[in-house]
Amino acid sequence: MTEPGQAKDFLSQMILIREFETIAEGLTLRGKVPGGMHNSSGQEAVAVGVMAALKDEDAIASTHRSHHHSIARGMSTQSMMAELFTKSTGCSRGRGGSMHLVDLSRNYFGGNGIVGAGVSIAMGLALGIHILKKNSIAVGFMGDGAINTGRTWESINMAVIWNLPLLIVIDNNQYAVETFMDRVTGGKDFVARAKSFGMSAEVIDGQNVEEVYEATARARERILAGEGPQLINAVTYRYFGHNVGEVGKYRTQEEISDWKSNKDPIDNWISNLLAKKMITEDEISEIRENAKLEIGKAVEFAEASPFPDTNTVADDVDSGSLLRQL
Amino acid sequence: MTVVTYSEAWRSGLREEMNKDASIFVMGTDLQERGGHFSQVKGLAEEFGPERIRDTPISESAMVAAGVGSAMLGARPIIDLNFMDFAYGAMDEIINQAAKIRYMFGADLPLIIRATAGIALFGPQHNNSFESLFAAIPGLSVAVPYRPYDVKGLLKTSLRGSDPVIFIMHKKLTGAKGEIAGEDVFIPFGKARIAAEGSDVLIVTYGYSVEVASKAAELMKTEGVSVEVMDLRTVYPIDYEMVLQRAQDIGRVIVADEAPLFGSITGEIASTISEKLHSSLKAPVLRIGAKRVPIGANPQLVSASIPNVEDYQAAIRKVLTF
Repeated sequence: MTEPGQAKDFLSQMILIREFETIAEGLTLRGKVPGGMHNSSGQEAVAVGVMAALKDEDAIASTHRSHHHSIARGMSTQSMMAELFTKSTGCSRGRGGSMHLVDLSRNYFGGNGIVGAGVSIAMGLALGIHILKKNSIAVGFMGDGAINTGRTWESINMAVIWNLPLLIVIDNNQYAVETFMDRVTGGKDFVARAKSFGMSAEVIDGQNVEEVYEATARARERILAGEGPQLINAVTYRYFGHNVGEVGKYRTQEEISDWKSNKDPIDNWISNLLAKKMITEDEISEIRENAKLEIGKAVEFAEASPFPDTNTVADDVDSGSLLRQL
Repeated sequence: MTVVTYSEAWRSGLREEMNKDASIFVMGTDLQERGGHFSQVKGLAEEFGPERIRDTPISESAMVAAGVGSAMLGARPIIDLNFMDFAYGAMDEIINQAAKIRYMFGADLPLIIRATAGIALFGPQHNNSFESLFAAIPGLSVAVPYRPYDVKGLLKTSLRGSDPVIFIMHKKLTGAKGEIAGEDVFIPFGKARIAAEGSDVLIVTYGYSVEVASKAAELMKTEGVSVEVMDLRTVYPIDYEMVLQRAQDIGRVIVADEAPLFGSITGEIASTISEKLHSSLKAPVLRIGAKRVPIGANPQLVSASIPNVEDYQAAIRKVLTF
């Protein structure tokens, strides 16, 4: 069982993510976030459980829906919100936007707008760890949609044959944009597919933060023990549309209500902690209040920040390193 | 100076830098036993071991992704695709990932993608010209060396840099011999050189076309025409300082390569010269290139697709008529 301090941290982070997404969703609808954003509400436990089991030296690459991963990795919500606003103070200097949040100082190698790309790059991070003889692992997040892109399996195969220190986490919200995965997935079983490539894999309840944390910690230990790459299929659910403002008919209201009412990762964790008397109602209120304050400050920061100087538009295309006469 | 082949020049530069920097490694198919399809890493697996000369499955997308990830972490990967034609299987990793990582994330990306390209024999899918495609992608730099000397010098610069490089070697030059420099010679990107001096007509070109242009220049001496041949060495960046200076000095310019004329690098260079120098040129800028066709298997079809030395001579005579 998780110890009380960590149990409360899990809750604080999940509530912070939910608050960030709720506020960011509204701001996007008001036109503050150019291009839109991908709301991760409902999927908080996957991010928080995985990140809690990782170390600072572990390297991470993520997906187009990655606000929750970024917050759980400890990124500044101010630099994140500023990036959503595409301000110069954003973590990607207004060049990446919502899909490309990054924090190299935290070995967080960014979100990716192309499905399956993050997990392939994470395989490369794992190769880098191996080549540079570091004692850490690489973690690649993918959505369920990436289970059917070829590069995922090219990368998994390479990780297996080279025994790379790679953990793949499927942040499996069950819908590739608006397509239910069972309709488009041969064999339907992600874990069986991974195992057929010679990779250890398991399916877990992605709404249970403790289960995610423990599965990740076990997988990390196995990787560091030389047992090869591991895959966790964390089944979860996305409360909103694929992009902000999208209302689809591909899911029934009953299905959405069932997940929100009965499987919400935050509500269930609170019930669990209250039942075990590991938290009080006052503490929960304080956590919610702190989240509101932090995200309020993030919005203030983003609003007050300048847009990028258009004179810098051509900076950082490359570094100019190849032009030097050595 | 040492005389080696074009492929050996790659090996020479690679060996020197691998001895100095343990983070450099190569991955691709058939590297360890075979030494690569152009012998470009022959013997290096014995020297550096299978960790640093890594055999991969035929998974171009995963190879380049492995390069992107490991380079972001601080290693210096070289992806050796053998044939650049196989890069089409890794286009997202090259164009949407490698090329944009620095702009999006501010991260160094010391990644080299090497392969052999250009037009020879063996049908449409092993004979492509990639220069204009890759040079058009913001974030990529593109080396197209002609001499062994430049293969080695540009590779060494690439291995000390922190940006992604597409390194295109021409298949017809694989066994061509030439001098190489020692350990301390680095050739910067964006610096052209004069392959043959002349005063009547300037031919701006690169890669294998330097050879064809030089032959034409030699032949034209019998007609009393002095042709200068400029070898760009890299097509991104392009040494416009030298291109424009020599174009202005000589006044009659041909831009040449063996890629289809439509959408080619030669169009980029010709239009830039025309925009900047229109009033000081003695003739319109002419171009030499290929037809907009795939490259057939039949050798006569190949010859009918790409320019030959007579086409160069005809263009030289034509540019002198204005």
